[in-house]
Order: sequence, then structure tokens, then C-alpha cells
Amino acid sequence: MEAIARLVAAEITPAELKNNAAAASAGYAYGLAAIGPGIGIGYLVGKSVEAMARQPEAAGMVRTTMFLGIAFTEALALIGFVVFILLKFA
Amino acid sequence: MIALDFPEINSILRWKDIFPGFNKIALIAVLAVVISTLIFLLAVRQDHKEAPRGIRNFAETIVEFIENGVVMQTMGKDGLAWTPFLLTMFMFIYLCNVPGIIPFFQMPATARMAVPLFLALMVWVIYNVTGIKHQGVGGYFKSTLFPPGVPKALYILVTPIEFISAIIVRPFSLAVRLFANMMAGHILLVTFALLSEALFQAKDKVLIPVGILPFFMLIFLTSFEVLVAFLQAYIFAMLTAVYIGGATHPEH
Repeated sequence: MEAIARLVAAEITPAELKNNAAAASAGYAYGLAAIGPGIGIGYLVGKSVEAMARQPEAAGMVRTTMFLGIAFTEALALIGFVVFILLKFA
Repeated sequence: MIALDFPEINSILRWKDIFPGFNKIALIAVLAVVISTLIFLLAVRQDHKEAPRGIRNFAETIVEFIENGVVMQTMGKDGLAWTPFLLTMFMFIYLCNVPGIIPFFQMPATARMAVPLFLALMVWVIYNVTGIKHQGVGGYFKSTLFPPGVPKALYILVTPIEFISAIIVRPFSLAVRLFANMMAGHILLVTFALLSEALFQAKDKVLIPVGILPFFMLIFLTSFEVLVAFLQAYIFAMLTAVYIGGATHPEH
């Protein structure tokens, strides 16, 4: 109740409230979007290193596939970043 | 302690026109075309029977990199005819990315959506047309939308997913990947440059040595951007090769 009273007293306009909510959710959007790809890329590169250590002669092929995989995984985090930009600035 | 206002997003991404309809982004794009054309024109002027020297060495290294690192890894020998196209793509994107760290340019041309979006749409048209040319309209859509080796009942689920991923998401993710990577790098550089500037000029004298920290971060990020500029151009070229290769040689 006290918090609400303070909110009312501070007289936050709807536009400000929207801006604040957008700024906060922008942070959550990117933070949440980075979790999955972070785990994914770690797992992917770790496994690729294992494969390269086991079979050094296949290193070139593994590296190409690894970069492809990274590109696909990373796209999710980057879409999160674009959402961040849209929420914060658009 | 210190007042640090991040500038309006448009002030770090939008540039004034040098003359009407031509701003810094357009200048960088034009320069990228001119420089890459010049490199290969100068290289080709040398006698190819002698041992290569100077700029021809450089040009041959790039061509070999595209042939061995991109085409042979994804399309195999049949795809070697695509080398000039992929080479053009790679050179253009790389030379558009690199001005992000060159003083006085300080802006990757690919950090505006127009450039990557156009490139991605071009790739989209090219791989679809190549697929239709190689397999016919029916054959191409059959091999993309109905991948073999799937139980018949599952096609209800698989076909819409394949359609969305192959036709709609591919150009979108291709464009967004390049754009977001370059813009994220640009904004990071701006952030750390502003932070170290604000700390170096702080009224409180204690804060001035602290400004060293974001400055080192700025140096580190600049060298990181060298890597990102190359990697993104490489990945774009490689994904283009993968899509074209997939359209010409369907899975059996």
C-alpha cells in the first residue's frame, strides 16, 4: 500500500511508466535470450574440440561444421538483442 | 558521481547526407565495391605465367581461401563455379564490416538493416532460382517441403516447419545475424568510448585513473571487432554456399 501511495504521490505519467516498463523488459528480453544460446554454444564448441582432439585429420571439416552450428545457435541470441533494441529505443 | 547520458540511438547510427541521398553508409558501400574491384583488377594485370608477387599474392590467397574454406567444404567440386559469386559476397561484406574500427569511418555499413537485408534477399532469390533450375518447380518444392525418410503421417508436422524454416526464416536470420552482430559491436565500442571519456574528464580526481579500465576494454573490443568483421563475412559466405548447395543437390 505504501508503495502504491508513493507511486501516486510521485505522479508518474503513463508515458513514463511505459518507458520504464520497456527499459526493464528490454533487459529481461536480452538476458533470457542469452541463456539458451550460451549453453548451446558452449556445448557445441566443447564437443567440436573433443572431436578435433580425437581425430586431428578431420579438424578442417569439424571446424566448418562448428562455425555453421555457432551461426545458427547465435542467431537466437541476436534476435533477443534486436528485441532489446526495439523495446528500448523504438 | 559522474553524469553519463547515453546519446540518442539515432545519433550514433544515422549519418547526415554528404550530398542529397548519399551518406556515410553509402560512401562505405561504394568504397567497398571500388576497393575490391581494384584489388582483383590490379592482380589480373600481372602475367600469370610468372611467379605471383605483390597484390596478386594477396588476391590468390583470398580466392584460395574461398575455394578451400567455403566452396569445397560445403558444395564440393561441383560448386567451384560459384566461387566468383561467393568471393564477391565475402569481399563486399568484409569491406563493409571493417570500417567499424577504422578511425574517421567508425561505422560498419552492415550495421544498417538495408545492406544485410538486401544481400539476404538476393541470396534467397538465387538459391530458390538455382533449386528450381536444377530440379524443376515440382522437384525443388518436393525435396524442400517433403524431406525423404520421414513417415507419411508426420508430413503434416514436418512440411509447415520445413516451409517456415527454408523459405521464411532463412533470409531473415541471414540478415539479422549480420546486422545484429555489427550493430552490437558498434554500440559496445560507443559505450566504452563514452565511459572512458566521462571518467577521464570526471570532476572527482579519484575517478580519473579508473578510466583506464574501460579504455583497456575498448582496446580489447576493437581487436575483437577485427575478428568479428572477418567471421561474419565468412559465415555469410558459407551459409550462402550451404543454401545453394542444398538447393542444387537434394538429400536422397
